Amino acid sequence: MCELEGLGYRGKALELLRGADCSVGDILEISSRGRVYEGILMPRFGAGAAIIVKLKSGYNIGIEVTDMVEIKRLGRGAKPAFVAPLLPKQNPALPHVVIMSTGGTIASRVDYRTGAVRSAMSANDLLGVVPELADIARVETEFVFSIYSEDFCQRDWSELALRVAKRVEEGVDGVVIAHGTDTMAYTSAALSFALQGLPVPVILVGAQRSSDRPSSDAATNLIGAVRAAGEAPFAGVGLAMHESISDAAIVVHRGTKVRKCHTSRRDTFQSVNGLPFAVVEDRVVMLSEHYQRRDPSRRLVLRQKFSDAVVLVKFYPGFDPSVIDFYVAQGMRGIVLEGSGLGHVSRVCFESIGRAIDRGVVVGLASQCVGGRVNMNVYDTGRDLLGLGVVAFEDMLAETGLVKLMWALGQTDDTRQVVELLRADVAGEYSCCTLLREGSLHYRGGL
Amino acid sequence: MSKVVVDYEKLGLKVGLEIHQQLSVNSKLFCSCLPELFKEDPEITFLRRLRPTQSELGQVDPAAYFEFQKGVRILYEASRRSSCLVEMDEEPPHAINMDAVEVVLMASLMMNMQPVDEVHVMRKTVIDGSNTTGFQRTAIIALDGWIVVGNKTIPMQAASLEEDAARKIGTQDEGKTIRYRIDRLGIPLIEVATAPVIYSPKEAQEVAFAIGKILRDTSRVMRGLGTIRQDLNVSLSKGALIEIKGVQDLELISTVVEYEVQRQLGLLDVKEELYRRGIIPDVLKAESIDVTGVFRDTKSKILRKAVDKNQKVFAVKLLGFAGLTGRELAPNFRFGTELSDRAKFWGRVGGIFHTDEVLATYGITPQEIVMLQTAVQADKGDAVVFVADTAENAQDALKAVVDRAQEACLGIPQETRTAKDDGTTRYMRPRPGAARMYPETDIAPQPISAEFVNKVQTHLPESAEKKLCRLGKQYSLNEKLAKQLIDSEYLGLFEETAKSSGVSASTIAAFLTETIKALQREGIDTSQVTEEQIGGIFRAVGLGELAKEAIADVFSWLSKNEGKTVQDAVAVLGFEMFTEAELKIVVERIVASNKEQIEKRGKNAFGMLMGVVMREVRGKASPDIVAKLLKEAEAAQS
Repeated sequence: MCELEGLGYRGKALELLRGADCSVGDILEISSRGRVYEGILMPRFGAGAAIIVKLKSGYNIGIEVTDMVEIKRLGRGAKPAFVAPLLPKQNPALPHVVIMSTGGTIASRVDYRTGAVRSAMSANDLLGVVPELADIARVETEFVFSIYSEDFCQRDWSELALRVAKRVEEGVDGVVIAHGTDTMAYTSAALSFALQGLPVPVILVGAQRSSDRPSSDAATNLIGAVRAAGEAPFAGVGLAMHESISDAAIVVHRGTKVRKCHTSRRDTFQSVNGLPFAVVEDRVVMLSEHYQRRDPSRRLVLRQKFSDAVVLVKFYPGFDPSVIDFYVAQGMRGIVLEGSGLGHVSRVCFESIGRAIDRGVVVGLASQCVGGRVNMNVYDTGRDLLGLGVVAFEDMLAETGLVKLMWALGQTDDTRQVVELLRADVAGEYSCCTLLREGSLHYRGGL
Repeated sequence: MSKVVVDYEKLGLKVGLEIHQQLSVNSKLFCSCLPELFKEDPEITFLRRLRPTQSELGQVDPAAYFEFQKGVRILYEASRRSSCLVEMDEEPPHAINMDAVEVVLMASLMMNMQPVDEVHVMRKTVIDGSNTTGFQRTAIIALDGWIVVGNKTIPMQAASLEEDAARKIGTQDEGKTIRYRIDRLGIPLIEVATAPVIYSPKEAQEVAFAIGKILRDTSRVMRGLGTIRQDLNVSLSKGALIEIKGVQDLELISTVVEYEVQRQLGLLDVKEELYRRGIIPDVLKAESIDVTGVFRDTKSKILRKAVDKNQKVFAVKLLGFAGLTGRELAPNFRFGTELSDRAKFWGRVGGIFHTDEVLATYGITPQEIVMLQTAVQADKGDAVVFVADTAENAQDALKAVVDRAQEACLGIPQETRTAKDDGTTRYMRPRPGAARMYPETDIAPQPISAEFVNKVQTHLPESAEKKLCRLGKQYSLNEKLAKQLIDSEYLGLFEETAKSSGVSASTIAAFLTETIKALQREGIDTSQVTEEQIGGIFRAVGLGELAKEAIADVFSWLSKNEGKTVQDAVAVLGFEMFTEAELKIVVERIVASNKEQIEKRGKNAFGMLMGVVMREVRGKASPDIVAKLLKEAEAAQS
């Protein structure tokens, strides 16, 4: 496939451009309808067939391809490259923090030549773009992956956990992981289970606006994350993002109790059923009283295996229970049901659920309500489900429950042990009591 | 400063225009919010920092980076009616407003431009806080056209559709927080650019006027102050290319160009003079000295206040600049003003002092001046610039002053300047480097189909000639009045009012052209009266609630009383019309008291009586009714 095809041109446009021996970045002269346009050939994304040129003024326009269009190449274009900025000087007296990059908006920038958003920034680039980091920590960067967060899978969690464990064992004061926001809360849950007894903070961080735009939230988030990784008194997996739509405070949520709640806002991440660890401005202020303290002498226990034979199934009115049978037939070993209210699914599902459990499939039940705790003893339906052997997920988020079941099945094949693991509080995913917040469901950084 | 006769052609003056005007459409360019401003306290505020990003060439805009390093923050203010998450940069833009595209297309076709086949929205980096995103979204809709102005064909480069920026409301925390209101952000703007082929100040104004008229002819652009903005690119062959932003008043364009030419000529003189004095950039040192001690016991109010606040006074010597800082470059605008503007921008100070001005005005004594000169080791041939503020701000300011003085040795710096109401311009920021324009990846390319273009083409507004002819026929207006109406802002209002108010077309036309101009000359701010209010005045006349003679008074009152109605004006000014019964009493009284005269003059008494009655009831009664009642009263008498 030639370059032009790869960059979106096809049909008549492709033919014409090839005929004139043009490639993207070249300077062209295009005649159409009695007018002559001069500009740089740009790539084409998505639908449409027009030829895109960048005019001298910097504007792009599209020129429709008709029989009357003529193209002449005036010159080969220079291909501008991203110039890595100078890295700031490091201060050896500051805490040692490793920033790992995995991709996503925080590490993406527009390719000026093509206009596409690419996960192109290495952690090093980030440091160059946010030189203030050098005043907070002795920053080292490490490239892990460059993938969109929706493309993450269990294998990637394992790999990431291994990489983090290696650096933690080397004695760093904290780790920051730049991550796409879409599934960042799943990864934070996965790392929470995989990295047990962490001696230092491991902080995931993302951005809702790409870091090549002046208004990006990436820098503020990153500064907050690095400060938390280097200075915070807690150890464990956290997730740092904006507290509000202002570029002010950054909230560090607990890795197992956080959800992406808005498609686009900067303060999209909210703690659910629990207090965030801390809020970061010029310094780290703890919000939660229940946390493991930073202790460099503690030994990390790495348990990075995850099963991929687990599904999350959302219950809804009219739900067809044969969906459950299907998954069992597919060889799934765990099913998380997202039930209604206090933790219910229709009685028509009981038979399928019972059959699944009889075959050794572990079935957990979380609520599809945004907040609150599952309690299956209030109504008959709940009691009957418990009777079938369904595990109540208490106040654990459904996504966290899904990741936990994947993890538990990665640790052991023994169903009884899996159920035991599910019932235990491994990484702060359960809280013993559901606290009432003043006024409403809302409090700082949470729902 | 008297106006100088200047041979602009010989100087190689070239002017290009960029006219921006808000479009009159129902929603913003990239969301459904209302395109309106609010005056109340904001419902929502949020704080942001904008971080300079690398351009394609790996460069960072120095002015933007400076602001950022100083920790400048922006406090945005919003209302729910005029802004949603899109303006707050909390949500990607929605699809482009096709009504706005249509208006720009219409104007482009009227200027003989070729529409593009596909519209691509671009991001133009603007990092001063006026856009929450840090860039302005803009797209070319059509290219390469022409208009005829006088006998000359003016090539038109492009018509673009842009989002308007947020409004700067003020600063706080010693300039470290800038407040912007995002109500205006996202209002669709048309931008029309001419080639730089305008060769005199007068011509610049004529071309701007002609473009403005075409835009008005679409009847889809907003009216009034703040809805139109002209940018000028002015260059002289020996001078520099200067971008002047934000001339709001069309009438000011020729003055702005004249003053800019004067400023450039003046700066060329300064350069020559510095050359004669042997001053080169290297001899000007940015070594500012703390002279707070000199002013410890000063009687100068400004300095006293600063010293009492524990601020510092810093001074710098400009070697060989004596007499030059006071050199006038335009009315009330000296070379010292150029220095001061830079100091304000880079040092966030309120202003500077220099030894070419009469410092006694500020209560600074000759003795203090001598001490100041001694402190910086300046002699008679040097100028001393000093400033009172925090040490950091004062030093930044004086560094900027020395930078500007160094530039003066070399000629005229390329700058972006902003226009003031008196026609002079002020430093705004360095001219941006290579155009930092990159694609808005959140918005898909928008094809402009042949059918769409044809539809707009067949519904273009009528040309000025056709309109003139039609106005003559339809409303029996003479040519002069019709022409004036076409040139005025009120043609649409005229037609609407002439059709619906029941007042004669020539009365309405005369008011909307000649009377309004006369009122403007008297200092009435006619832009304060809305079209809706003017329509209301004529409806009241048509209904017999207001006399024709009172129109101008009601209009003037409304211009000074915002938010009031025509009925309020009539009540306050005492213009309620006499009822026929009330009028009859007045007429009968006057007839009775003039019995002798009536008998003496006989039939000729009518004119005299009419005069007496009208003197008493002018503005409150129609002369026709007075005449009728008078005749009845006379008949009853005889």
